Amino acid sequence: MPEMTYRQALHDALREEMQRDPNVFLLGEEIGIFGGSYKVTEGLIDEFGPQRVLETPISEGGIIGLATGASMTGLRPVAEIMTINFIVVGMDQLVNNAAKIPYMFGGEAKAPIVIRTPSGAGHQLASQHSQVLESWFAYVPGMYVIAPSTPADAKGLLKASIRDDNPILFVENVLLYNEKGEVPEGEHILPLGKADVKREGEDITLIAYSRAVHMALAAADALAEQGISAEVVDLRSLRPLDIETVVSSVRKTNHAIVLHEGWKRYGAGAEIAAEIQEHAFDDLDHPVERITGAEVPLPYATSLERAALPRVEDVVMRAAFILGRDKVGV
Amino acid sequence: MVKEVERNRLQPHTTQNAPVEFHESRQELHDMLAQMILIRHFEDKVYEMYTRAKIGGYCHMNHGEEATIIGAIRPLRPQDWIISFYREHGHILARGTEPKYVMAELFGREDGVARGRGGSMHLFDASRRFLGGYGIVAGQMPLAIGVGYSTKYRDADEVTLLLTGDGAMANGASHETLNMIGIYHLPVITLIVNNLYGMGTTVERSAANPDLWKRGEMYNMWGTQVDGMDVMQVRRTMEEAMDRARHGQPSLIEAITYRYRGHSVADAARYRTPEEVQAWRGADPIERFYRQLLEAEVVTEQDRQEIERQVDATVQQAVDFADASPQPDPSGLFDYLYVNPPPTLNEPETPDA
Ligand SMILES: Cc1ncc(C[n+]2csc(CCOP(=O)(O)OP(=O)(O)O)c2C)c(N)n1
Repeated sequence: MPEMTYRQALHDALREEMQRDPNVFLLGEEIGIFGGSYKVTEGLIDEFGPQRVLETPISEGGIIGLATGASMTGLRPVAEIMTINFIVVGMDQLVNNAAKIPYMFGGEAKAPIVIRTPSGAGHQLASQHSQVLESWFAYVPGMYVIAPSTPADAKGLLKASIRDDNPILFVENVLLYNEKGEVPEGEHILPLGKADVKREGEDITLIAYSRAVHMALAAADALAEQGISAEVVDLRSLRPLDIETVVSSVRKTNHAIVLHEGWKRYGAGAEIAAEIQEHAFDDLDHPVERITGAEVPLPYATSLERAALPRVEDVVMRAAFILGRDKVGV
Repeated sequence: MVKEVERNRLQPHTTQNAPVEFHESRQELHDMLAQMILIRHFEDKVYEMYTRAKIGGYCHMNHGEEATIIGAIRPLRPQDWIISFYREHGHILARGTEPKYVMAELFGREDGVARGRGGSMHLFDASRRFLGGYGIVAGQMPLAIGVGYSTKYRDADEVTLLLTGDGAMANGASHETLNMIGIYHLPVITLIVNNLYGMGTTVERSAANPDLWKRGEMYNMWGTQVDGMDVMQVRRTMEEAMDRARHGQPSLIEAITYRYRGHSVADAARYRTPEEVQAWRGADPIERFYRQLLEAEVVTEQDRQEIERQVDATVQQAVDFADASPQPDPSGLFDYLYVNPPPTLNEPETPDA
């Protein structure tokens, strides 16, 4: 299997889907000549031209509205919102229109759009550019929220998203674009709404998605050195939420930590913890814990930013503690 | 004052040789020049400090835009307000905030204007009525409606300067803002710092009609375009707009200028030609103003040297100060989040931690 970056995998998925279906087109800010803020669409304007790689002004409401209207009339738009922070400006079109259209019109219409956008923090981008907002959208029935952690998942899930008939928020991560991994050759499509066990283990389940999966894997490595076997479940999708995979893992390990970027209260971890106790209460030996970012807007100063972001060490420490093996010393 | 500026990118402006009339004091003109040079050198140093990893995050600089900044901000009175966006280092310096506190913010230090919490995009100075730099494009604009309304509500003699970029004028918030300012006849002057690009997108590609100043008419305000490389023209236009604002008429001023460097420190600006950049650098606002002042015998070459020397010293002091200022202590992570929060706000400790 060829190794490539997360960025390249996304690029290839877009390119292949554009080659396959002439109705697939891209739109967004700086996605043409500039190549995209994170260079995912680089070169595509040369290959497909400006009609299929539509450069827009800084009009997020317009972008998502355009995509939705085009999708209602037969096209398959894939919009890029430069970062998830800016999606707030276009949220009305996504939440009040796209997510409502199929149901509100009794199945007479559909809105097959994909909105790609990176989430996450970690480059001192401060309060307005470091947010993790995908759980807001996962709250909305009528939408899907997909969030891959690896290049292979990025490719397989983006291709599946483009072919799917529902409005989809496809969440990337600013710190994952250069992440490398193997990607299967040929047509690679993954089912939407299916979690993936990224590492098997016996003692505790670490549940994560997007970049936090890599933190969970690093924590699992560190825990292994202490003789603790951690299983890592990558949700890959916040809605549909594959709670079965999560629950069957917890039934085996009897312990769970949910790990994600962003804020704790009302975040994705709250939902997952609630689902676990609904479905596997008797299997739990300890309350489900959540490890997330601190409940503040992200500060600019490195000393504060570090303190605000979740850390692998925290996961290792809590897991060891939960399992009563924290005396080993971390 | 209404000047149509040629939008030929290799021909920066048409007002190069317009006669200049000064009625400011010598001191004032000297200080304007000194502040323009301060902004230039400050930004040079910011770039250097960014490459040395003293500054992080997104960092947008003002090189080339000095005439729009000094021309618009210098005429403001202490009681007037400013609302700006993320490319605002020069804006806060022009308002008189000491460079060392600005540099400390860029370094992410406790002595910064936002105590290291904001960084380059979020500078603030309440004492100078500088109401902040904001990072969401056009997101600062609606705030100006409220500031203007507040002035009217309190029946105060204040003017608000709202700064925005050309790219931001494509965002819905710009329409809501200008329309509401127009409806309520608010004392707000909107200055579009049109540096011809929003990231890599030219204004012709982001605006259906790139003559942004013409929108003034449709919002029932004075709309005008000015050569943003000529500080005195910007100043005169601003003075007229302030006069109108105090009589209940808002303005929309489009200043044509150019940013010499990329969109942010990280942008290599491959979407434009070196010839274009060269052409605009040839119309440099600092050199132009300096020539005007030389010809009018307001300053001498010696004055210029002295200004450069002082500015260099100030900028170096700012760096030294910033470097010596402490990083915010992590224990202060939750400071300033709420005012007087109830005890229930705090997260309970993990029970058995
Ligand atoms: C709502 C929103 N969309 C996109 C961005 C990313 N972005 C930051 S600056 C910028 C260009 C703005 O251009 P302009 O208004 O002309 O101001 P300039 O940067 O040229 O001074 C873009 C697209 C953002 N910060 N906010």
